[in-house]
Amino acid sequence: MQFFLQQCLIGLTNGALIALVALGYTMVYGIIGLINFAHGDLIMLGACLALSLVAVLGLGVADVGGMAAVGPAGTWLGIALLVGLCGLFCGGLNVAVDRLVYKPLRAAPKLAPLVSAIGVSFIFMNVGLFWLGPADRSFPELLPAANLLPDDGLQFTWKDLLVLVVVVPLMAALSLFVRSTRLGKAMRAVSQDPTAAALVGIDVDRVIAATFFIGGFLGGAASVIYGLYINTIGFQMGFQNGLYAFTAAVLGGIGSIPGAVVGGLVIGLMRSLSSAYVGERWTGAIVFAILIVILVFRPEGLLGRRTKEKV
Amino acid sequence: MRGFLRERWDLVALGVLALAPLVVPALGGALGGQVTTLFIYCILALGLNVMVGYTGLVHLGIAAFFGIGAYLMAILTVPMYPFQLGWLPAAVISVLAAAGIGLALGAPTLRLRGDYLAIVTLGFGEVVKVTLRNLEQITGGMKGLNPVPPPGAGVKLGTLDLGLAFAIDPRWFYYLALAALAGVVVAMRRLEHSRLGRAWVAVREDELAASSMGISATRVKLSAFAMSSAVAALAGCLYAGSLSTTADPNAYDFNRSIMVLCAVILGGLGSIPGTLLGVAILVGFDTVLAPWADSWIQQMNINPSGSSLLSFSGWRLAIFGAALVLVMRYRPEGLVPSRRLAAELHEVHP
Repeated sequence: MQFFLQQCLIGLTNGALIALVALGYTMVYGIIGLINFAHGDLIMLGACLALSLVAVLGLGVADVGGMAAVGPAGTWLGIALLVGLCGLFCGGLNVAVDRLVYKPLRAAPKLAPLVSAIGVSFIFMNVGLFWLGPADRSFPELLPAANLLPDDGLQFTWKDLLVLVVVVPLMAALSLFVRSTRLGKAMRAVSQDPTAAALVGIDVDRVIAATFFIGGFLGGAASVIYGLYINTIGFQMGFQNGLYAFTAAVLGGIGSIPGAVVGGLVIGLMRSLSSAYVGERWTGAIVFAILIVILVFRPEGLLGRRTKEKV
Repeated sequence: MRGFLRERWDLVALGVLALAPLVVPALGGALGGQVTTLFIYCILALGLNVMVGYTGLVHLGIAAFFGIGAYLMAILTVPMYPFQLGWLPAAVISVLAAAGIGLALGAPTLRLRGDYLAIVTLGFGEVVKVTLRNLEQITGGMKGLNPVPPPGAGVKLGTLDLGLAFAIDPRWFYYLALAALAGVVVAMRRLEHSRLGRAWVAVREDELAASSMGISATRVKLSAFAMSSAVAALAGCLYAGSLSTTADPNAYDFNRSIMVLCAVILGGLGSIPGTLLGVAILVGFDTVLAPWADSWIQQMNINPSGSSLLSFSGWRLAIFGAALVLVMRYRPEGLVPSRRLAAELHEVHP
């Protein structure tokens, strides 16, 4: 039982991370109907920047009892700075890519931006290859491995806490933003009907740019947490992580923000449970097999709206 | 002459490719193997084109069917298994089985919306790859299955041992793959203008209108799914045969699917010459241009320190990606678009 709970805990923490990435997919899809294949690789670039920044800021050097030389407060401040900077970087990059690559293709057939996104993902991967080199790099441990729970059977470390501390407020802020700000309202309008939104005076391009920025920002935050939590990054990490996150977005109902969160948590749970009970090497197959089965019975995803194919 | 070239490019290309091994001795060596692989990818891409090009269904897991073809071929022929069929019967069985698997995957999932179908095919591709990798007793795990005997093993034509000939001279396989490619091209042309082919396009253009004209969209889509899977499996059979092994499961992963999809879109959706050109460009870039440019850089001594920033293959992904982005920006209908799609994209709105 304890083992099961432990796996669930791991799964939920991983799932929160997946959900953060999935939000980037689902928001962009909700607004312009594009499967942004480059999102995973954007996050890889964020992780590259995070690794470089860790060195520049002097975090993680001269480990004393797990905490960096800058002390606990310094470490947490440093992590917050990392999240902010990498978020800005990924958000800005995402907006720039949208301007240069996807925007001219708004009227093109649907497959054109999809292929462009694949192209962008290759370019990002090449940049990552130059940045990190061909081998995987280890990301320094900045947080102590001490267990925060009194019970010895369950492990919940600072790293797990970090994931929640970053992910939960970001998601709360996002849902608040989408629900109750002007821009958020505009976003919902554009995702329902861009033409009608433009007719009532919404600057559609600005809303799309904002969406790309927010999706990218969340991805940048996810990249920092990924580095700190998984501790290994490499130029090919974008694909696998993007795949799980995208799957989560589809599972939850692509285009739906709460759906992405639920989908992420479900995928995280499925991953950790199948790794624990069936074997790590089957995880990919099991996750996707379950996904296919779920989609067969609920074609619109768990929380997606039932929509007819547009004619 | 130009008119002839434009109209009958296929015969000209076939003639040139058929005569090439007699004139270019290099085709009897490693180059012959590379060109054979190119033909095989062309077949694979034509199979994908049925689904993505004609029927308008995004398929992100075509490599899975490529792999299914290769592995079924291997299982039916390698000495490790009791079947040990000849190449041809094994190919027939593999192709039919792959079509069946395609139907089995398609039947429950075809009512999904476009992007959901894309993710199902992607997921199926991952499931197949992981399964191939992990079922070591059956698939040989990362080692793959070998040796796949050459086609015609044991068959003697007079004094010529056909199996031996295939094993020794890559030109035999070159011709086999070329013949298969020509056969697939002819079949695709006939299909394109058949009742079924027109139904595919009708469903792509407007599913609702097509169904109100009495076309069963589900059956039409299913047949496209089965046809794609079958042709991809044929490519897989040829692939396993030409390498005489299935290679490791990573040969059938998502990257392969994406490469083939990019080739089809780059060349022009629904266009046979476009698809062939797309494959030739993408595969040619990887196997011909990149190694050539690298050795040129080495010869010119531009990069004495061996930095990856100064080698051509270091930039391979970026060049490839930029090409995709630029083609989509300036020619979203592809390099050699099908007439119908081109007309549609350049429609003049009143």
